[in-house]
Amino acid sequence: MSPDVRGLAAVSTAPAAARLAPRVRVDSLVWLGVLLLAALALSLFVGRYPAPPLLAPERLLTDELAQRLVLNLRLPRVLAAVLLGMSLAGAGTVLQMILGNPLVEPGFLGVSQGAAFGAALSIVFLSNVAWLVQGSAAFFAFAGLGLSYFLAHRLRYGGWVLRLVLAGIAVSALFSAGVGMLKYVADPLRQLPEIIFWLLGGLWSITWPQLRAILPVTLIALFVMIRMRWRLNLLALEDATAFSLGVAPTRERVLVLTAAVAATAAVISVAGMVGWIGLIMPHLARRLYGSDSRRALPAALLLGGLFSLLCDDAARTLLAGEIPLGILTSLLGAAAFMALMMKQPLHVSR
Amino acid sequence: MNTPLLAFRNVRFGYGANGKAVFGELTLEIAAGTVTAILGPNGAGKTTLLHLALGWLKPQGGQITLRDRPLADYGRGELGRLIGLVPQSEHNPFEYSLLEYVLLGRAPYLKPLEMPGPEDVRIARDALARVGLAGWEGRSIARLSGGERQLVLIARALTQGPRLLLLDEPTSHLDLGNKTRLLALLRALVGQSVTIVLTTHEPEVAAGLATHLVLMRGGQVLETGPLPDTFRSDRLSATYGVPVEVAQVYGRQVVLWG
Repeated sequence: MSPDVRGLAAVSTAPAAARLAPRVRVDSLVWLGVLLLAALALSLFVGRYPAPPLLAPERLLTDELAQRLVLNLRLPRVLAAVLLGMSLAGAGTVLQMILGNPLVEPGFLGVSQGAAFGAALSIVFLSNVAWLVQGSAAFFAFAGLGLSYFLAHRLRYGGWVLRLVLAGIAVSALFSAGVGMLKYVADPLRQLPEIIFWLLGGLWSITWPQLRAILPVTLIALFVMIRMRWRLNLLALEDATAFSLGVAPTRERVLVLTAAVAATAAVISVAGMVGWIGLIMPHLARRLYGSDSRRALPAALLLGGLFSLLCDDAARTLLAGEIPLGILTSLLGAAAFMALMMKQPLHVSR
Repeated sequence: MNTPLLAFRNVRFGYGANGKAVFGELTLEIAAGTVTAILGPNGAGKTTLLHLALGWLKPQGGQITLRDRPLADYGRGELGRLIGLVPQSEHNPFEYSLLEYVLLGRAPYLKPLEMPGPEDVRIARDALARVGLAGWEGRSIARLSGGERQLVLIARALTQGPRLLLLDEPTSHLDLGNKTRLLALLRALVGQSVTIVLTTHEPEVAAGLATHLVLMRGGQVLETGPLPDTFRSDRLSATYGVPVEVAQVYGRQVVLWG
């Protein structure tokens, strides 16, 4: 990974002329999109049937099982992987911009731990039916955000951003303790493995109906984020400054924040805890395409989709038993994060 | 010329519902084409005054008018096209190019989902040129010195095409060379019919630039008026609460203290 990163990062720090020629930028973003589409198509043929790693395309003409496999299992899963990566990376970009802090991701506002608690609660006390687990996860993801927001208003310490992050840490810790408690009381033979698998994260259970269920929310949320991408730059400024530029800082932040959390809650509800995409992809996008979210946000979406897709391909192909996706994204994401930090120190203020 | 550009009438303000009042009864007029320097010790309410003038903070009593119309009646975009703010310091952890950053000043002219176009880029480039940063469009804002960063913030405010420019301690953290350049730039702006209100901790900056002074202490305006009359030893001593002596050196006013 490191030689690629180094070569591409050089582009973003290149002198004025190269950085600002819009044609170059658009082209490279389009190429990234083409790359994602190609990876998407290729992923349909990647897998362990009939033998790893690839299904010969001509086999689709004759093998009915292969047709059903590609259309009913791999296609929804591949699309869900892209949607998952895009939603997490988009939400990560939004949170980093509006909190003016490059070190946050959806997990920071109690969203992820809230979802985990909701899923575990449903598995232990209600039922492990998919829609109940997902609904409960989504509900508690929003509850996590709401609680963080409420606490941040009650805190009397530091600025709004710092308060929100502190409140998020407290709420995450609370839900995390709740998850621990649920794990402790769960039936070790039936329920505990379910909880653990959900916490590890993965897309093995994705079917068309599940994809259809989350599609409207995630597409609307992604649309809102994309349309407001230039505005994100303004929302990264301090309140009074943003106001002086004609922005309603609180209202607009709440709007994009809601879109980000809705997308995150929807994809987490079907995929479980898949970490690090929301932190690392916005970083990578800014390194490659500059900080202006006119380009950084679309780039983060494409990179997030691509990364999630490739990780999921590896997760279902490398071993006979599936590797949980969350483990792969965390492993690669954390390694990439360290590599990026080694190359260039990060400035955090506020 | 009789109606002031900006007027505070009996303005009352405090932070929080039952917070301590910052201003009791603040009355103040700022005429178009003037440079008003607000002087006062830390905590006197200087930045609060700027934020009230901006419309960001709302008075709890009294009225603030801009061109004889209550500030509260203006839309946000409209205010953004009339008033520019140069904050005291701006921490942004992201590495924008100067052009991208200055372009943000065009927001009041764009619809909520609209993105800046070629005309906006041209205006942003002009603004960079006006502050002496022509040709710096592609540089990263993270690699600028404090003085250069201050110029970028002013350029961003200039792309708003403001009639009133509010600057919060624009010369703090600047060395003598940068201070001189900044004052020259601000003087040039006044010639281009921009009205300036700035806060400062440096009486000499006020003496070298301002036409009017506002002397504040503990939320009270002690004195306001045109410069030669207000810039006097007794007034400044009362403002800062320590003995201050105004002296003439080579025809310029300097402040001796301590």
